[in-house]
Amino acid sequence: MVKETTCLLSELKRGQEAVIDSFTDHELSLKLLEMGCIPGEQIHVTRIAPLGDPIAIWVSGYQLSLRKDEAATVRVRIVE
Amino acid sequence: MNRKLRIALVGNPNSGKSTVFNALTGLNQKVANFPGVTVDKHIGFTTFVSENGENVDAEIIDLPGIYSLYPKSPDEQIPFHILCDPNNELHPDLTIIIADGTNLKRNLFLCSQVVDLKIPVILCINMIDIVKIRGAEIDFAKLSEKLGVPVIPMTARKSEGMDDLRKAILQPYSKPKNYFLDFRSFAPGVVDSIRQVIHVNSDYNAFLVANNLELISNFDLPENKKQQILRIDEEAGFDTKQMQAKETLERYKVISELMKECVTDKSEEKKSNSYKIDNILTHRFWGYIIFLLVLFLVFQAIFSWAAYPMNAVDSAFRWMNESISHALPAGILNDLIVNGILAGLNGVVIFIPQIALLFFFIAILEDTGYMARVSFIMDKLMRKFGLNGKSVIPLMSGVACAVPAIMSTRTIQNRKERIITILVTPLMSCSARLPVYTLLIALVIPDHKLFGLNQQGLVLMGLYLIGFLAAISAAWVLKTIIKAKERSYFMLELPLYRVPRWSTIGLHIIEKVKIFLFDAGKIIIAISIVLWVLASFAPGKTFQHIEEKYRQPEMVKSFSQDEIDKKIKSEKLESSYAGVMGRVIEPVIKPLGYDWKIGIALITSFAAREVFVGTMSTIYSVGDNAASKLTVKDKMLAEINPSTGLPQYSFAVGFSLMLFYAFAMQCVSTIAVVYRETKGIKWALIQIFFMSGLAYLASMIAYQILKP
Repeated sequence: MVKETTCLLSELKRGQEAVIDSFTDHELSLKLLEMGCIPGEQIHVTRIAPLGDPIAIWVSGYQLSLRKDEAATVRVRIVE
Repeated sequence: MNRKLRIALVGNPNSGKSTVFNALTGLNQKVANFPGVTVDKHIGFTTFVSENGENVDAEIIDLPGIYSLYPKSPDEQIPFHILCDPNNELHPDLTIIIADGTNLKRNLFLCSQVVDLKIPVILCINMIDIVKIRGAEIDFAKLSEKLGVPVIPMTARKSEGMDDLRKAILQPYSKPKNYFLDFRSFAPGVVDSIRQVIHVNSDYNAFLVANNLELISNFDLPENKKQQILRIDEEAGFDTKQMQAKETLERYKVISELMKECVTDKSEEKKSNSYKIDNILTHRFWGYIIFLLVLFLVFQAIFSWAAYPMNAVDSAFRWMNESISHALPAGILNDLIVNGILAGLNGVVIFIPQIALLFFFIAILEDTGYMARVSFIMDKLMRKFGLNGKSVIPLMSGVACAVPAIMSTRTIQNRKERIITILVTPLMSCSARLPVYTLLIALVIPDHKLFGLNQQGLVLMGLYLIGFLAAISAAWVLKTIIKAKERSYFMLELPLYRVPRWSTIGLHIIEKVKIFLFDAGKIIIAISIVLWVLASFAPGKTFQHIEEKYRQPEMVKSFSQDEIDKKIKSEKLESSYAGVMGRVIEPVIKPLGYDWKIGIALITSFAAREVFVGTMSTIYSVGDNAASKLTVKDKMLAEINPSTGLPQYSFAVGFSLMLFYAFAMQCVSTIAVVYRETKGIKWALIQIFFMSGLAYLASMIAYQILKP
């Protein structure tokens, strides 16, 4: 069985591959879903803004930038 | 047979929707407002000619870019109302969806929603050139079959696929054959009940109505039916958030299947050029250096390049002034045309070079995708001041004109951040201040070099900096005063970098210039004429008395005819309506170092800042010989302060005036836009009060410290 580690999207390191697991904020999740952040979708952090926030992720074939507090509402499973 | 076809263009932001719109309609487009809201309505007209020579006239509407049919901001409500209210006067016969082929999954989401609405659809998959470079393949025939709508591959930037689109538009169109999701099974009772109350084309349309109840107030429906719909939702216990989440998940499930069948994608994001460019442009050091260089380039270019066409405009008007004042007999009409109408026109036309140049740069920054990166690298910084990463765009556009800048704050979803952006944007030095600054700098700053740089240019840059600092400081203060109603929202797509399209930029510039000419231009010319009246007429028979006074024998004996003419003119101006107004406010503005002539300019500038220059022209040309070749600058330089015997426009007065114009709220157009955008007089009044108070204080302090 594959060992699974989960963490928040905001804690993900640059380049680390992960899969979206769930959302902790119902209101925000509606917007995230629309933008293609679907549970099960494979993502990775492409870059972190020079001041540490916001971050940019690669999701559904494009680059989406979001603030760290927004990313903190997304739980992800790290792909080993 | 001729028929008028109404077509709506729908798509995600950055999908290339506007490129297709421009390609279809060219210059044959107009910008208006949607009723009730202040979103720009872009409508274009064209005639399609079919193979058998039939002409089809079409009206094409370019809807604001959206990610879904669930509106999050006022401009996103427009597509919702037009597409989901069959009684809406702009409800289309045919919808063209523009989808970005490099980002098909997310783009198909909106497409699937529109397909489920059962409005006739043509799907254009754009940016095929990049799709190919990336090594992805799309099976268009299969996609078309699965979706049940025509699918057209295109590269709108290179005009590839446009002819296929034109042909497809002329084909008999029908409602999409397939649907993605069955909404009757989602919410059976609610969908049926709503369809009994209003006539909609599809179950999904009814479902969307049930999900966006707060928006049906804008539907073209009798009030009792609206109430009926509200009751349906309530009785069924319809959980809109739950339903929306379910719909989104199910949709993406279907789209993923569709993508598996129709798309083979081997693209690797890390190898893309955009990735490499981002490594530099969002670099912790170079990213900011480059951004600063871009800003510096824009300002220096506007200041030096715009000077040539502006001088040409000035010369042209001077030539017209002289020809007309000689051709027409001297008198009131000659005076009105030369000093009223022509002076006002000059004040409008002189701006076009600066506006065009500035929007040339802003359009490039937006079209290449760089603007989104500016938001990305600036967001954390901006947030500290209660602003949004997206506020950079309105603030930067505010350098051209606060009116479109404030209108562009609609992309900021957070109310508090949006209000703050609206309130502080007019502190950014807009192009209307530029002529005022230019005139004042030329008056009081010597044209010397400082460390090899032009001193006048440095002062101008300093003024822009002061405006910017005032804007962010004010934002920081407002952040603590204004209460938040909702949480902050950022989420922004970083689109691929693209080469700018010159035709799009050209059309953008034309649009901005037109808006300026017709919106601000009207006011400027009207004010110019009012001013001429104020300066050329006086209460009662004052002018007559002045002339009589100078006809007395002792006057004629002691002065030459020339001296008498000048005295009459100057005295007439002092006793005119404008002079009376200037004198009334003189005690208030004396601590700032201003005389009554500046007082007149301040009064008229509250309509629009640039009127300052026009007022000065009018005041000084009224006070002088109409045929004089001297420019306003020369006339102002020659002005002597009667109480000190020194030049009136000293460094202290010039600097105090610059600060006043940097801070004061002196633009009716901006006030009107703020009123409309914030849907009330409250914020507009707060803005006038805080900006003008700031201006008065800053100018007074500066003058009191610097005065000789």
